Amino acid sequence: MIIPEPFRLLTSLLAVAGFIGANAAYLVWVERKAAAWFQRRAGPTEVGWGGLLQPLADAIKLMSKQIIVPPGTDRLLFCLAPVLIMVPAAMCFAVLPFSAALVPRDINVSLLMVFAFGSLNVIAVMLAGWSSRNKYAIISAARVVSQNVAYEIPMLLVVITVLMVSRTMNLTEIVAKQAGGFWHWNVFNLAANPLMPVTFVIFFICMLAETNRAPFDMAEAESELVAGVFTEYAGMGFGVFFMAEYANIVAGCAMATILFLGGWHSPIGLWPGVWWFLLKMYFLIFTVIWVRWTFPRTQFYGLLNLSWKILIPLSLFTLVLTSGLLKIFGR
Amino acid sequence: MLKVLDTSHSTGPQETFVLNLGPQHPATHGVLRVKLTMDGEFITNAEIVCGYIHREHEKMGENRKWDQFLPNTSRIDYLSAMMYTHAYVAVVEKAAGIQVPRRAEYVRVLTSEMNRITSHLLWWGAFLIDLGGLTPMLYAFDDREMVLDLLEALTGARLTFCYYRFGGLCDDVTDDFLTGTRKFVKHFRPRLKIFRRLVTDNIIVRKRLEDLGHVPAEMCRKYGATGPMIRGAGVAYDVRRAEPYSVYPELEFDIPTQPAGDNMARYLVRMAEMEQSLRIIEQTLDKMPDGPFMAKVPRILRPPAGDYVFAVESARGRFEVRVVSSGKEIPHRVRLRSPCFCNLSVFEEACRGMLLADALALMGSIDLVIPDIDR
Repeated sequence: MIIPEPFRLLTSLLAVAGFIGANAAYLVWVERKAAAWFQRRAGPTEVGWGGLLQPLADAIKLMSKQIIVPPGTDRLLFCLAPVLIMVPAAMCFAVLPFSAALVPRDINVSLLMVFAFGSLNVIAVMLAGWSSRNKYAIISAARVVSQNVAYEIPMLLVVITVLMVSRTMNLTEIVAKQAGGFWHWNVFNLAANPLMPVTFVIFFICMLAETNRAPFDMAEAESELVAGVFTEYAGMGFGVFFMAEYANIVAGCAMATILFLGGWHSPIGLWPGVWWFLLKMYFLIFTVIWVRWTFPRTQFYGLLNLSWKILIPLSLFTLVLTSGLLKIFGR
Repeated sequence: MLKVLDTSHSTGPQETFVLNLGPQHPATHGVLRVKLTMDGEFITNAEIVCGYIHREHEKMGENRKWDQFLPNTSRIDYLSAMMYTHAYVAVVEKAAGIQVPRRAEYVRVLTSEMNRITSHLLWWGAFLIDLGGLTPMLYAFDDREMVLDLLEALTGARLTFCYYRFGGLCDDVTDDFLTGTRKFVKHFRPRLKIFRRLVTDNIIVRKRLEDLGHVPAEMCRKYGATGPMIRGAGVAYDVRRAEPYSVYPELEFDIPTQPAGDNMARYLVRMAEMEQSLRIIEQTLDKMPDGPFMAKVPRILRPPAGDYVFAVESARGRFEVRVVSSGKEIPHRVRLRSPCFCNLSVFEEACRGMLLADALALMGSIDLVIPDIDR
């Protein structure tokens, strides 16, 4: 079925916006429920059945709050930062293939585009920290910048490994090449590189660090830096940061699913479709939540050491190994 | 070297800034303010500003009768209320020459050790929140709740217990309480193993605690730091053994020490202390004598004039009460030596050159109760 272009554009836009909004709202609920489950308590129960309307109540509360811009801040940048963090996160979804047919925009360099926009959020966090005129915020912003620079490198090296194996920058084609059972997925593609499962783990760790999630949550180290870069944000300004965090997690987990776990392909070749993609993605998101409520925060220098001393050499090694193997055995 | 800042080679103006940690900061567990002079994320100087919740407990003691001051003692360090009440009750008994029945002494030791476990459990949860791990707090509270329920049934309070009286106890222990305590001991030993597997052996926790926040024994002596602080520096100093009181000499328990003097040492000392407290609880339950729980005490106390001192080992260290009596119904002078004040004073020297996050881990490992500092 061919849908006329303007309608397609409009539906894609609405669908992406709806998907991000629903996910950001309900992942908060999922996270709170999961955290409650890990901690042997009930979690939200009051608003709606099982607390299902809690995100709505939170949204109303946040929106009805006054947006306070503290005196002495850089007003423009202070207000721009939440927008700048939300837009790139949303842009990533414009090219993510949910299934073979369900791609908002199928472009040739979608891989590049996702990572180009994905790396923009560090600028927004830095702006937020800088313009807040708060010492805790600026310490946190400095941390986030060095953290994101450190983790961008192993992440991209790993992505290049996948790129060499798939020989395309088109996400739809990358997934299409992983068709036919879980042994064809990139994570188990041991013929191309015996260290492929390790690269997946590296990607996942880098994704945690890039999205500033525990145990790498230096941006909002609440026991050290009060609330980090978000210290001065009130009401919906904070709410947008909060939504962007979940949008980034969804985008990151979606990318991990696409690059390593065969996207919409079924592990046993049955019933391929978007549900497999969603199942894998939400499993990864659950893992992200699980990690957060299990581990304490790392030290800041421990985090940089992990990247520069372990992850970068390891990902460089897998990159060289993959290129060597490709050169020798070819395709 | 990353852990300690070396400023000897730097030239030109020192670009430092002052970071105001508190009085409302999530890591200080109350209204404590620390003015940190920072060079980037390194602390070059720390100045502690306390007194935000100073309540004049000592002065209050001089303005009311001996027994009217009793409830105050459980509000100084509200986490070791039993031990604090014990110290005050014991010093007045010493002054007035009251002989406490043995059953009362056993119940005092039993309830004090239960209180020590609740205090250490709360510290454990709060300390891990300082490190960014939010879940262990709820695990700790699960078990803490069991003890608090038992103590609530016995004393009517959940935090600020006022159970001891001059000459004994407010009320006798019930059989339900004793069987419930036995059940708790049985339940809690495996829980400590779970805590060890879940948290103590976790690599992130180890990396964050080991070899950081050194407080050597000399520094502890210099500032008078006691309790797990000095035991974590390898000195087996425990008031329960050094100046034995109550029925502690009749009970078998070890004084856990760790030689390293770092955050991990203090952590391990407290975890081991909970096991020792369980041992003490078991022994008091086995040896619990029958008999009266209250001695004959005159209605109006007028202890003979003199200067009396009594110290107990609270969950945080040596708590000492000194009272000066002039033979009247009202004490002439009450002086409280609280462990947290001395333990905290170590922080200024110990945190110098550390990173902010590590310094906050050090502060958490000191186990601060702010009302105990300010009194």
